[in-house]
Amino acid sequence: MRKPLTLRILSALDTKSWIALGIFLALALLVVPVLHLNFPEDSAFHVSTYAITLIGKIMCYALVAVAMDLIWGYGGILSLGHGLFFALGGYAFGMYLMRQIGRDGSYGADLPDFMVFLDWKELPWFWLGSDSFGWASFLVLAVPAVVAFVFGYFAFRSRIKGVYFSIITQALTYAAMLLFFRNETGFGGNNGFTDFKRVLGVTITSPETRLVLFGLTAVMLAATLVFAAWLVKSKFGRVLTAIRDAESRVMFIGYNPLWYKLTIWVISAVLCGIAGALYVPQVGIINPSEMSPGNSIEIAIWVAVGGRGTLIGPIIGAFVVNLAKSWFTVSFPEYWLFFLGLLFIVVTLLLPQGLVGLWKKLMAKKEGAAA
Amino acid sequence: MILETTLDDRPEGSDGADQMGHFVTGELDLSHGVALYLEDITVSFDGFKALNNLNLAIDAGELRCIIGPNGAGKTTMMDVITGKTRPDSGKAYFGQTIDLTRLTEPEIAHVGIGRKFQKPTIFEQHTVFENLELAMKTDKRVWKSLLAWLAGDERDKIAETLRLIRLDKEADRQAGLLSHGQKQWLEIGMLLMQEPKLLLLDEPVAGMTDDETMRTAELFVSLAGKHSLVVVEHDMAFVEKLGGLVTVLHEGSVLAEGDLATVQNDQRVIEVYLGR
Repeated sequence: MRKPLTLRILSALDTKSWIALGIFLALALLVVPVLHLNFPEDSAFHVSTYAITLIGKIMCYALVAVAMDLIWGYGGILSLGHGLFFALGGYAFGMYLMRQIGRDGSYGADLPDFMVFLDWKELPWFWLGSDSFGWASFLVLAVPAVVAFVFGYFAFRSRIKGVYFSIITQALTYAAMLLFFRNETGFGGNNGFTDFKRVLGVTITSPETRLVLFGLTAVMLAATLVFAAWLVKSKFGRVLTAIRDAESRVMFIGYNPLWYKLTIWVISAVLCGIAGALYVPQVGIINPSEMSPGNSIEIAIWVAVGGRGTLIGPIIGAFVVNLAKSWFTVSFPEYWLFFLGLLFIVVTLLLPQGLVGLWKKLMAKKEGAAA
Repeated sequence: MILETTLDDRPEGSDGADQMGHFVTGELDLSHGVALYLEDITVSFDGFKALNNLNLAIDAGELRCIIGPNGAGKTTMMDVITGKTRPDSGKAYFGQTIDLTRLTEPEIAHVGIGRKFQKPTIFEQHTVFENLELAMKTDKRVWKSLLAWLAGDERDKIAETLRLIRLDKEADRQAGLLSHGQKQWLEIGMLLMQEPKLLLLDEPVAGMTDDETMRTAELFVSLAGKHSLVVVEHDMAFVEKLGGLVTVLHEGSVLAEGDLATVQNDQRVIEVYLGR
């Protein structure tokens, strides 16, 4: 008997995980909004705007981490350029947000401020249609997908692997950053896009808008987790891990690794693009520094810390590292990078399976002691 | 000749070309009784000729052993047949029509050539069952894999192979935890799941106990007829047990060919093995 797809997706997670996911969504969609809107700021129950923005931002990072885990943890391909796809999604949606400013910019012109500043008279061709939410949403998916497909096709067809692939992805995101830094490229140069006013006509900084964006991000994160769980449990996922472990064997039993790698690579890039598009309206800025090589390396560190090859690990990693980061950058800003480096070394040497691996080991020990 | 009948009982629409979709591969045609045909194959690496005008023909259903000292070109020959290495010159045909020098590794797997490596190459992180499932002859395109679901007869086929390679009790075990001999058997099982017409087996009994070696020989002998087998091996007791023709490779070309006794008494072969 063939199981219908919906049933297979349902069986991608076990009961416990579904309950956990339900609790997470209830918190994000009901509890947080109620606590934010109904309690005064001095109340102990109040969830501050700062907290919502921070958690919303980290959920976007967690989404990127899951995307990274699909390609690295399951596909064995370490990308050090995933920040590029995140930024492309962010820029694609940012164009729409820039157009939503309308004539409320500092120059009161139809064009975005940076174009007026550059003395441009009309929108460049690639800004056409950027005032449409639908077109912007399409670009959020399509731009990372096309860039990933073209780059991935040539890289995987040439059988570029391992550290060579990682280095090329670093170069790719770095080159894109330099390109976006130029004013002439047409994306606001080193300032990028900021000072957003509205999204879909409503004020972007209003508590309600924030909560909707927050909720959307939570739903997207949950949906991605279920999708990823289904993906890695499918035969596709098993072929993918087989390519990771013994690519030549996979070829000699008749699979063409190129299309498998390319599929997961493009899926991963698109998920990053979605994360970027959710990130920009919440954080209120996108600039080329999102494409800096360091940012992409940080993504890999989230996954390594949480535990690659597990889907919950990257989410935990993204939260732990980023919460630590926001504490460090306030309390000891000059030490953050040292701490990050130290964390990476400790995880690489002592916790190859990350925090999830550590947890599993502890549980196994506990069980062993009880038995 | 036995092959002709087995070729026709493949289910309709399941030929290699159809499954690969975007790939252009010919039909396997064994009508002249030749499964594999290599003519004047030369491969050189930086001036060193790993294969030097190698000629070899394997009949449909034949079990052939290839022996030869280290560096004779045995593995390079397998690389050429499976598309891993392109020859500098020469022809390599599978059946009458399929030009192996034009196909990629997955395409060659699809037209019906399976290969076992010298070092057992299995998916160590997957279970024994999953190893066989992945190898099974089926549509191996991405979207088919996304929606794949094992049918009853496919499960039966896996169970049958598990019994044949005596790993039915280890089905849910992680393949990396098997003994060396068991890994060899699993890889042979994966080959069988592909339902190839030609099996290339590079030192299949290395690291096996004597008992396992003999069982492997029995298995191979039982496979001959339905499949063509090319076995590279150093273990003479195993080669003797397999029977069939033996080809001796030396410095990239065929030195001698015949049954084991003839070959072993050939003066040139003795020289090559014992040194001049």
